[in-house]
Amino acid sequence: MNPYADRKYIIIILILISAFLFIVKLFLMQVVDDQYKLSAESNSRRDVIIYPARGLVYDRNGAILVSNQAAYDIMVVPRQMVSMDTAEFCEVLGIEKQDFIERINKAKDYSYYAPSVFMKQVSAEISSVFSEKLFLYQGFYLQSRTLRKYPKNIASHVLGYVGEVNKSIVENSDYYVSGDYIGISGIEKTYEDILRGEKGHKYFLVDVHNRITGQWESGKYDEQALLGTDIILTIDNELQEYGEKLMSAFSGSIVAIEPQTGEILSLVSAPSYPPDLLVGRGLSENFKKLAGDTLNPVFNRAVAASYPPGSTFKIINGLIALEEKVLTPYSEYSCNMGYYYRGIHVGCHSHDSPLDFEGAVQNSCNAYFCNVLRNILEDKKFQRTDSAFSNWKTHVESFGFGNRLGTDVSGELKGFVPSTSYYNRYYGSGHWNFLTVLSLSIGQGELGITPLQMANMSATLANRGHYFVPHLIKAFGNDKKIDPKYKEKHSTTIDSTLFELAVNGMDLVVNGAKGSTARIAKMNDIVICGKTGTAENPFGEDHSIFIAFAPKDDPQIAIAVYVENVGFGASWAAPIASLMIEKYLTKELTRSWLESYILNGPQKIKKEEE
Amino acid sequence: MKRGNILANLDWATVLLYLIMVVLGWLNIYSATFSERSAELFDFSQRHGKQFLWILAAIIIAIAILIIDHKFYDFFAYGFYSLAIILLLLVLIIGKEINGAQSWIIIGGVQIQPSELAKPAVAIALARYLSGYNLKIDQLKTYITAGIIIFTPALLILLQPDTGSALVFFVFILVAFREGFSVSLLLILIALIVLFLLSLIFEKIILLTIILSLGVLILGLITKNYKRVILTILILVGSFLLIFGVNFLSGWGQSMIRIMILSLTVSAFVFLILVFSYRLRKSAFILGFTTIAIFYVFAVDFVFENVLDPYQQRRINIVLGLESDPQGAGYNLAQSKIAIGSGGFFGKGFLNGTQTKLNFVPEQSTDFIFCTVGEEWGFAGSVVVILLFVALLLRLVQLAERQRYKFARIYGYGVFSVLFFHFFVNIAMTIGLFPVVGIPLPFFSYGGSSLWAFTILLFIFLKLDASRMEHIN
Ligand SMILES: [Zn+2]
Repeated sequence: MNPYADRKYIIIILILISAFLFIVKLFLMQVVDDQYKLSAESNSRRDVIIYPARGLVYDRNGAILVSNQAAYDIMVVPRQMVSMDTAEFCEVLGIEKQDFIERINKAKDYSYYAPSVFMKQVSAEISSVFSEKLFLYQGFYLQSRTLRKYPKNIASHVLGYVGEVNKSIVENSDYYVSGDYIGISGIEKTYEDILRGEKGHKYFLVDVHNRITGQWESGKYDEQALLGTDIILTIDNELQEYGEKLMSAFSGSIVAIEPQTGEILSLVSAPSYPPDLLVGRGLSENFKKLAGDTLNPVFNRAVAASYPPGSTFKIINGLIALEEKVLTPYSEYSCNMGYYYRGIHVGCHSHDSPLDFEGAVQNSCNAYFCNVLRNILEDKKFQRTDSAFSNWKTHVESFGFGNRLGTDVSGELKGFVPSTSYYNRYYGSGHWNFLTVLSLSIGQGELGITPLQMANMSATLANRGHYFVPHLIKAFGNDKKIDPKYKEKHSTTIDSTLFELAVNGMDLVVNGAKGSTARIAKMNDIVICGKTGTAENPFGEDHSIFIAFAPKDDPQIAIAVYVENVGFGASWAAPIASLMIEKYLTKELTRSWLESYILNGPQKIKKEEE
Repeated sequence: MKRGNILANLDWATVLLYLIMVVLGWLNIYSATFSERSAELFDFSQRHGKQFLWILAAIIIAIAILIIDHKFYDFFAYGFYSLAIILLLLVLIIGKEINGAQSWIIIGGVQIQPSELAKPAVAIALARYLSGYNLKIDQLKTYITAGIIIFTPALLILLQPDTGSALVFFVFILVAFREGFSVSLLLILIALIVLFLLSLIFEKIILLTIILSLGVLILGLITKNYKRVILTILILVGSFLLIFGVNFLSGWGQSMIRIMILSLTVSAFVFLILVFSYRLRKSAFILGFTTIAIFYVFAVDFVFENVLDPYQQRRINIVLGLESDPQGAGYNLAQSKIAIGSGGFFGKGFLNGTQTKLNFVPEQSTDFIFCTVGEEWGFAGSVVVILLFVALLLRLVQLAERQRYKFARIYGYGVFSVLFFHFFVNIAMTIGLFPVVGIPLPFFSYGGSSLWAFTILLFIFLKLDASRMEHIN
């Protein structure tokens, strides 16, 4: 016999003790203690989610851009419903009986036992009438929510909107449940985690008449909601509003940046839409309407549209040539209504000739910058055009082109700077030279630059060679610690002393004598530096571009203006930029004639066409 | 008893218990996933429908096991074990992550959970090892080898990480106990676990006092020398008063716990001198253990804070009543208790449970299936289920004890131990007597892998039992 056979008795005792323990505990829970039965008899626990108010959004001067308003969702638990006066119920809510049946079936499809939204965001009046009659409608209750409100009704593209979470978000997250709201675009999306706060839960006991009879487990399991954190944006609400007004008759965008910090002062995309269109029950219907509009007002042109930079890009090519020492500030090139080389002709307008660098910027001479690009790409330092081109690309990218800047404006595009492999694919390696890519010299061709990148270029010029990633966030509540990437200085590959030459040229563009291309932008007491551009548009009238910063010696604002389909850069974009600068720097406007010219301009053209 | 006739020799009582439990489990899964819109009994998109298919598969597996020659299991014991280890390693590399643990592996469209298969594998390998011819049970080498066999899979499972499934392997200590491993060693193991829990619940001062009193009490009981007990108390109290007085008079400002530790150090020093100068072996042991216990209490704190994951800390804290956490484990537990508690004596009736449905406990058809039993069948139903398990477990002990062949007996105890552990921990956690570790209730919980693992475990033993006459020791 096994010497340890007796140990089986201990094992048997172990089984019996466990079973006894369970039976005693179950007896206490199920038969003796009626605490659990009470909660079951009172029809059970109701989990009311406490939605915290979303954080408010302020502009840089403390004006409220986004606040909250109360709304109520009517919730239903199908299992708890009893027969009731459906006609009266529908009357209170202002719905048809058929609608009622559909909503109930939808709720049943979701779950018999878990609450779901029967009707979203009913008005305060309806909710107060409904809550008085709630005792008649078992299975229904009201859940309070907050909706967004826009006191200034501006900056819709910056702010974005809040909407209901979709199925895939719910499935991939352990925070969101069906019916929750989430920031879908703009800063509502970028700073969702900060703005939303944390949901809380309150657990109530509800009796058979659908009335709350008390807290469940005396509130032991309740969870406080955490309010969302307010955020302060770098936007200047007055400048933003003014920019939107100036652009009201155009398509295009304005981006203004504070050069020494990278703070975005205003970001306009036109046409726009009033932000309160995308709130609450009207959201999906209004969104469909907006998205169906041929001018696509929900599209944020400032970051998601990329255009050729036009003549503004000449400055970049000039700086690269100076840095590579294939051009001196005093080198002069003559221009006879354009550039001619081996049968290729790039036209120019009439101006003094020959010109040095500053003069060429002032007059925006095409011939001069064709020579500049040729010097860059036929640089003796490099054996082949490929490597000279790659070097050029590196310089261009150091201005933030061709890649996402990493801003907190949602939906940013990379833009496009062609690479050697791009041309090799088209023409074959070694089968292309500066003539093939000549249009790059004047900012046309394959280049794609977003208005935000243009404004950043303007800020880089204002800073004489460096930039900070443009951003919208200034502070989280009282916490001024923002992402350190926005405090990091990005220097271009160009020697900063060379920038003074470009800045002088830009000064002449606005304030020079004969030949200046943007004298329309000149202000009497503030020196604006700028550069016009025209982006060729194969689908219609060219786009008018202007970049500028001011004052020249202590830049406070750098700006890029794009106006679609209106032609030459100086005609529309330059005055808009000038007015924006005046508005920001002096807070008042002295040139009402210029303002009314902008506000009426395109209509006049339309009238002429008619 | 006829040889070779599997139908005649099979233990039908166990088979019957198995079938009853599987069917009851299925009915409860049906109820747990029931809603008016999916009332179809054999809707294979629903859990109850899938469970039905898995039960059919389990029965096919059981039949296959009964047909295979019984020598196969003994012979390939280490083969199974190696296969299980390979799968456990594989799952760490190519496993599919579900609920935060990488515990599933997909082979040819079938999802398996290697941690489930490891249970029968360890049971077989341990049986094979401990039934070896020249094995001396009470030897360090045996202890270590058995430990390696048991805890290698546990360690690999812990890496997934699936704490619940890894814990199961501790239960094989029961097998070792039955086969003659030293009781005092096992007692020390249990004492350590108890002390671990106590040191989390009680203040250090209280615990130190308890340990010291116990030490003195045991000293008195074992040596029966009351003078020595009194002397010990005098030394303890004396050194305490000394340190306390010094602290009080000098304005040193030490906390009570520090004073206690200091006075313990002083008295331990005095004891040490006494013990060595009078060669008191028993007293030395007791002194040693008391000191180790005190160190251990402080070490537990350190381990708890620094080694355990925050979620494990929370789960332990919740069961010990030190923390409430409505969203996590405590929430499930609170729901579970209300569901069971509201069942009353006779329950709300089949499909009439509201709590389990309304509150949407996620693991309700898997780990918390006992909630549905408790709510819908009440105290009476719960007791029936517990008694079914008791009957099965007692029958397994009886079957194991009647084996002549050592391998079969040890394996039988392995089966018993795994089922006992799952039964105990699962029900204990649903009624709030044990931390929520998330392991299934055998034969009741929803899930193919676990049902198949329990079926394999049980039917291999039934096969061995049915063939017991073919061995002549
Ligand atoms: Zn020219």
